[in-house]
Amino acid sequence: MKKIVQMFAIVFIASFAILFFIARLNASEGYSGDNTLTIYNWGEYIDPELIDRFEKETGIKVIYQTFDSNEAMMTKISQGGTTFDIAVPSEYAISKMKEEGLLIPIDHSKIPNLKYINPRFLNLSFDPGNKYSIPYFWGTVGILYNPEALGGKKIDSWNDLWDKDMKNQILLVDGAREVIGMGLNSLGYSLNDTNKDHLLEAKKKLDKLTPNVKAIVGDEIKMLMANEEAGAALVWSGDAADIMWENEKLDYVVPKEGSNLWFDNMVIPKTAKNIEGAHKFINFMLDPKVAAQNAEYVGYSTPNEKALEYLPKEISEDERFYPSPELTDKLEVYENLGKRMLSYYNDLFLEFKMHSK
Amino acid sequence: MKSNIRALYFLPYVLWILLFVVVPILLIIYYSFFNIEGTFSFENYEKFFTPVYLKMALSSFWYAFLITAFSLLIAYPTALLLTKTKHKQLWLLLIILPMWINLLLKAYAFLGIFGTYGIANHFLELIGVGAKQILFTDFSFVFVSVYIFVPFMILPIFNALEKLNPTLVDAAKDLGASPWITFRRVIFPLTLDGVKSGCQAVFIPALSLFMITRLIAGNRVITLGTAIEQHFLVTQNWGMGATIAVFLIIAMVIIMFLTGNRK
Repeated sequence: MKKIVQMFAIVFIASFAILFFIARLNASEGYSGDNTLTIYNWGEYIDPELIDRFEKETGIKVIYQTFDSNEAMMTKISQGGTTFDIAVPSEYAISKMKEEGLLIPIDHSKIPNLKYINPRFLNLSFDPGNKYSIPYFWGTVGILYNPEALGGKKIDSWNDLWDKDMKNQILLVDGAREVIGMGLNSLGYSLNDTNKDHLLEAKKKLDKLTPNVKAIVGDEIKMLMANEEAGAALVWSGDAADIMWENEKLDYVVPKEGSNLWFDNMVIPKTAKNIEGAHKFINFMLDPKVAAQNAEYVGYSTPNEKALEYLPKEISEDERFYPSPELTDKLEVYENLGKRMLSYYNDLFLEFKMHSK
Repeated sequence: MKSNIRALYFLPYVLWILLFVVVPILLIIYYSFFNIEGTFSFENYEKFFTPVYLKMALSSFWYAFLITAFSLLIAYPTALLLTKTKHKQLWLLLIILPMWINLLLKAYAFLGIFGTYGIANHFLELIGVGAKQILFTDFSFVFVSVYIFVPFMILPIFNALEKLNPTLVDAAKDLGASPWITFRRVIFPLTLDGVKSGCQAVFIPALSLFMITRLIAGNRVITLGTAIEQHFLVTQNWGMGATIAVFLIIAMVIIMFLTGNRK
């Protein structure tokens, strides 16, 4: 018995000694809380060259980590034990994190470059006054399609997906708000509709779509569309840009009835150790030239008005990714509908998935 | 002192079972009584008995049954053949080898094989059948699942066959039994334990399959496992996910009881 206790004691002492040693080692290399900035971002969502430049300009060492879903990111931040200084959640995640007190307010006086952001993208319902978040990229939800595979068909409306000649041609992204939203939009209702009659009507309409739906998938949608596995897909504009870069035959359209407008914004989570550095980083990313370079690399739409001037015309004038003002007026941001309503959306989506052909 | 030491040896096992078996099950049951707003209620249980979830449970059982049946159909003859081959261990190794590859990788490989322009369709065109929609169908779902689970069925059956005393088979032959009768009356009953544990090893995981339902079946097949994954990861309705898990645990206990060895 005594021996075992001794053994445990030795192991504990050894572990603490090692931890202490690592901390000392990191400090001697300048990796302490003040001098590092831990960024938690989506995969392939920044030009790595810009991180190097930021490190050189400020002398702050950047630790870059990635996540692949808002939920995974939120779980990791709320559980603690991490030291993320910057995170890039989507708009609905921001309002959730705000409610749960996971965010630190942003000091606008430290972000002079905020003036370059198009006011259209500021002061939105998910974060009034941009107290906690600064726009990083934005985009839409729309239809990616292959005109060749569909016999030269031109799609410009959600209702085109219900056509008989689309049988077994459509891939849907596995998201309740996106799919139910498509049903609502096709009927002319709002994406944030909470009227149960309207929602049931949308669900009924979606049931009629099932013969045309080939599959409801996740990230594989990129690979499947690039391989021309299906004729059309409901996707986010960012994914569409990626896929079109791989397969030039494909085209993307934001349907004329309107659609979703989404944001990924930079926030400073509660776990931040280097709040000063986080402000510096946000300001750096808003520099028009930096934003332009990043937008060109990532392929998403930048909210930075001044950056558009530095982008090649074929990008900044592409109406598929920078839609005209008339269409933009019809785009809606997802509102936080509350847990109860969201759960109702999810239930309807589950029923739709189970509706057999 | 001696009994103290013995109790100490026992401690890791007790701790293990408590921490990783008993506590998680209790936690699942605890969570299942909370609705989406986090208040105590039986709402989740009421919801489980609506047509949506009952239908889902039924289809999960149906697919798990299909997967188990086909696995058994393939595994038994394979195991029987294996015991008769010269280099048993080598063949066994070849069958087990695919188990070393990550499940997700195997599923992704099938995305390529079964795709519109995949090998399977090339072959179908070559023999004049013409390209077919293979991916995202019931067929592809059952096929891939069987492919993944078949080694788990072969191993216990193979072991049971190996343990079978060959003199019993000889005796049956001597007494004039035909090969079929020998199999039906001697070999099969004596290897029934292997079949049972094989069925358990396939049916239970098949019941809670997920991932493959999305990758291979394109969410055209929704199992209880998929619903649990969705509730925990996407919709964040842990209570409902836990409730489904409770029913899965109950189902598994019943299956273990039915296929268990009653002595």
